[in-house]
Amino acid sequence: MKGDIFVLVEHLKGEISDITFELLSCGKAIKEQTGGTLFAILLGHNLKSLIPDLGCADKVIYVDDENLSEFSPEAYKMVLVHLLREKDFLFFLVGNTSYGMDIASALAAELEVSCVVNCKDFRFEEDNFIFITQTHGGKILNEVSVPNKAVISILPGSFSAEEGKREGSPSIEEIKSPVSLSTLKVRFKRIIEPEITDVDISKQNILVSVGRGIQSKDNIPLVEELAQLLGGVVGSTRPVIDQGWLPLSRLIGRSGKAVKPKLYLALGISGALEHQEGMKGSELIIAVNTDPTAPIFDIAHYGVEKDLFEIVPLIVQRLKERKGS
Amino acid sequence: METLILWIVFLVALFLFFRRIYILIRLLLLGKFENRFDNLSKRVIIFIRDIIIQIRHLREPLIGIAHFFIFWGFIILAIGFLNILIEGLFPPLSISFIAKNRYFLILQDLFIFLVLIGIILAAIRRYILKPPHLKSSFSATLILFLIFFILLSLALMEGFESVIEKEGVLSPIGSLLLNWFQNMDINTAKFWMNFSKWTHILLILFFLVYIPYTKHLHLIAAPFSVFFTSLKSTGILEKVELKEDERYGASEIKDFSWRDILNGYACTECGRCDRACPALASSDVLSPKEIISKLKDFMLENRRILLKGESKPLLGEKITKEELWACFTCFACQDWCPVRNEHLQLIIQMRRRLIEEGIMDKSLQDILINYSRYGNSFGQFERTRAKWTQDLEFKIKDARKEPVEFLWFVGDYASYDPRLQEKTRILAKVFNKCGIDFGILYEGERNSGNDVRRIGEEGLYEMLVEKNMEIMKKSQFKKIITTDPHTLHTIKNEYPYYTGDRWDVLHYTQVLWNALKNGTLKIQRSLNYKVTFHDPCYLGRYNNIYDEPRFILRALGLKVLEMPRSRRNSFCCGGGGGHIWMEEKEIKERPAEQRVKEAASLKNVQYLVIACPKDYIMFTDAIKSVGLEGKLLVKDIAELIYEAI
Amino acid sequence: MKIIVLTTVIPDLIEELEISPDGKSLDKTYLRYIPNELDDHALEEALLLKERHGGEVVVLALNIREETDEMLFAALAKGADKAVKINGDFEGIDNHAKAKILRKVLENFEFDLILTGVQTVEDIDGYVGPLLASYLAIPYVGVVSGVSYLKDTLLVKKELPGGLLTEMEVSIPCVLGIQAAENPPRYVAISRLRQMMRTAKLEEFQCEKEKNGKIEIKKVFKPEIAGKAEMIVGEPEEIVEKIVKILEEKGIIK
Repeated sequence: MKGDIFVLVEHLKGEISDITFELLSCGKAIKEQTGGTLFAILLGHNLKSLIPDLGCADKVIYVDDENLSEFSPEAYKMVLVHLLREKDFLFFLVGNTSYGMDIASALAAELEVSCVVNCKDFRFEEDNFIFITQTHGGKILNEVSVPNKAVISILPGSFSAEEGKREGSPSIEEIKSPVSLSTLKVRFKRIIEPEITDVDISKQNILVSVGRGIQSKDNIPLVEELAQLLGGVVGSTRPVIDQGWLPLSRLIGRSGKAVKPKLYLALGISGALEHQEGMKGSELIIAVNTDPTAPIFDIAHYGVEKDLFEIVPLIVQRLKERKGS
Repeated sequence: METLILWIVFLVALFLFFRRIYILIRLLLLGKFENRFDNLSKRVIIFIRDIIIQIRHLREPLIGIAHFFIFWGFIILAIGFLNILIEGLFPPLSISFIAKNRYFLILQDLFIFLVLIGIILAAIRRYILKPPHLKSSFSATLILFLIFFILLSLALMEGFESVIEKEGVLSPIGSLLLNWFQNMDINTAKFWMNFSKWTHILLILFFLVYIPYTKHLHLIAAPFSVFFTSLKSTGILEKVELKEDERYGASEIKDFSWRDILNGYACTECGRCDRACPALASSDVLSPKEIISKLKDFMLENRRILLKGESKPLLGEKITKEELWACFTCFACQDWCPVRNEHLQLIIQMRRRLIEEGIMDKSLQDILINYSRYGNSFGQFERTRAKWTQDLEFKIKDARKEPVEFLWFVGDYASYDPRLQEKTRILAKVFNKCGIDFGILYEGERNSGNDVRRIGEEGLYEMLVEKNMEIMKKSQFKKIITTDPHTLHTIKNEYPYYTGDRWDVLHYTQVLWNALKNGTLKIQRSLNYKVTFHDPCYLGRYNNIYDEPRFILRALGLKVLEMPRSRRNSFCCGGGGGHIWMEEKEIKERPAEQRVKEAASLKNVQYLVIACPKDYIMFTDAIKSVGLEGKLLVKDIAELIYEAI
Repeated sequence: MKIIVLTTVIPDLIEELEISPDGKSLDKTYLRYIPNELDDHALEEALLLKERHGGEVVVLALNIREETDEMLFAALAKGADKAVKINGDFEGIDNHAKAKILRKVLENFEFDLILTGVQTVEDIDGYVGPLLASYLAIPYVGVVSGVSYLKDTLLVKKELPGGLLTEMEVSIPCVLGIQAAENPPRYVAISRLRQMMRTAKLEEFQCEKEKNGKIEIKKVFKPEIAGKAEMIVGEPEEIVEKIVKILEEKGIIK
């Protein structure tokens, strides 16, 4: 298989998101099999300063347009369709993120190419690419063979962002939008920040996190006590936030914050993929869950197959004793 | 002339009285029909016990006795009053042989005295002792004063009568007062006699008219509420049969039955239900007495539009969903009620409507979804239900495949909760030691549905019953044992409405006591602890099983101490009515916490013994949160038996 | 507002998932299927919009499993106006083909808005929402957790990483991929569901098979649980001791 690899640069509030670097590192690896050029496509407005960070790419195509200053799935789709239609691309890589999920399949449909989502990895076998995707909450892996051009959507955390970071000066092609973006059907209005009346969990060294297993808002103080004794803060998974037991600022996962603390204590958390994405980079993960098949145990360093209500009070007690003595 | 005035006053009083009664009856008839007219002889017996002899009242002895005096005083004094009235209305008639009968006069005076004692005791209780939830309302105070002056006017009548009669039949009070009135001339006496008589008549007629405007309506309604009580076993819910357009549950007055509405009329506002209620003891959200009085108030406030046939919801407007969800269904309120009001019928009917409209906590919703998908509240799939048996050295018979004598319906908590699985294994071992022939349904078992029904999800309940019935019909067994009293209650009392079979259903404490009694279970070691037993709501109040657990404990050599609130007065752990799954809001102190403190207050007590898996969960959590760890331990009866054999 | 909601049933992940003998798909014999939770959210959002602005909610589903019936009746019980079951041969169908079938069926309906769960647990070749939007040539926004209707346009809240939300204006008609409704999906009392099953009718459509996307699934397998956690065992007190020791060793506590 021969062809060029294109990567969509994702950026938020003037900064390039980590997923972009992961895509670049994936793109690099693919290129090793195919030859060809690695392109990074940056859509935005007044973002030239970001280009040097994309040193991993061979070329950068930068489309500057006022209507691209903020993300609109439709704007991106229109521009990319036009751009890619003329190009001889093998794969177009996007992140399986809030942005990428909107455009990957639509793009593939318009360009009449294949599409694969939820990718974790790939293999090159007999001149064919086989992408490995994750389904059923992570319980099943699929080997998907892609016969020709395709849009590939890659899960955050599948490739190393470090590998994709390189300062450099790729050759730049700066263009205006190939298509008029004045009458978009999806228009950005504003960004709503979460209320910052609360701690920033991504800056904490110690996180004590709770999931459905906490069962009730009344049990949160117990965990807060533990967090306090350890010098950390309480975080949680989606179900707990949905119930209103903790504020949105404490959400860890795909829709929340990504954290990399020294200690991540996962209490009553099953470990759904969306959550894992947010915390699997933690240095030390200890998980407590009564269900031995919970996916959290796949990424935790240590596991305890017990009820958190049995274990947590004892830890609290021990820590108090140690502080006392 | 006097006769004419009396006639006018009498007829006006009757008119006002009956006009009110008429409205009350019309409102009552807005309710649905309910057949409470069966088994008349049984009803008469209950009537005699509760209204004539008033046994229920003696649970609160002080007021029980006072009320007995006042009640019977009324009856006797009413006879005397009737005499006076008829004499006054029809002067030619002279039936004063009743009132002039020496024995009757003695009886009358005795009761004047007893009623006086009664109202003094009642006043002391209401204004000085002040039991909680007993209001010092205007109408209550007025009634006491009315009664006092009715007695006084009657006594004075007798006094003045004695001055007039001098010789002839005198009543004891009359004779007494004669000493004071010795020097009164006859005309003065006649005047004051007439005055007292008129006062007496007017006060009583006023009282008559006042009755249907206050809680004293119970004088008329209570005999009916008692006569038309539910004759079914305690606390069972009947199968709901709906017509095509009918919806489950109750939201408006016309959704309730006439007997439900009668609750409002019969309520004496005594507060016994409130005093017993664990929900009221732990937060201010629910008062059983308020549920009943809100029903009555709502009807009276809206009587014009209701009688016109218009709709107005009681649910949500007057009675809130928070109140309804706060109930633990422990049955204490209904058990205490002297007029046999049925608080739970009201609450559960309204819950059914809330469920139908989806108005509940999300945590409860998730549990109901678990029940409907997996047949258990834990959201675990059916195949792991019997996983707890894996660590046993012996294999428990599969009742689906071979006939057994005892079908052991294990229950969700005992099967799935990691904290309880070891205790379930212990119970299995004890059954084994007894040599009883028992088996379980393994993955075929589904939750029995008791709590689902109390939550109000009637459709889900029926679905669970159907599933269980399917399996049970294919199995062969003679009797059923349950771990959980909740299971016991519904399978024993409510399943027959669906299955047509009347099974012999026992709680494991009954089976184990039997085994101890007839020697199939031998005690090797006598246990020397001080323990107290918590009577589970569904074992005790609902199914009248109090003794077997205690017999077992004593047979094991344990010293059994009784908590202040034991047996019928047992204080609910707060896990029933769906609460074991709900978030607790606005709670001052959880019922389980209050209960473990009550247990711990017994001198040197070591164990709090339970016979219900939910009690175990609620109490062990409570002990941790109140800091009694190490001082009090929760033990299941089976654990203690196992230790001793 | 005329709202279409696309729903589907998915395998219940609480079950042990088995691979079929040929290794190319899941063994469906003992699988239980349940409604896709995100589609429940989509339906809830649709019902909320209907309650606020009036209109009609029509629920569609491909009849891939018998559990589809119950899901559609539940939707009716919750307040949907119509439920449509699309019958056909769905063996081995992927999202591209599903989207094409839906486009065909939608020719029979007028709509302002199409809502669907942003994803399911089975997506491999893309997502139904954006694919359908492409075939219909209407806009798509996904990962939406709030929809308001203002005079011919919609204002949607789209979730971004870090707890951020971006508010976007979207023209009608459009497709939205719902991540969360504003309220948790409402409960359907079993009695109501059963009543629906007795009295209501599902509209049925028959459809032709459509072509899948061009990828091929070569193998389906379960991940090796390499790098599984080291389990700490023993009595709770012992476990806690070990945990404390680990924390000490790592310098997390002194």
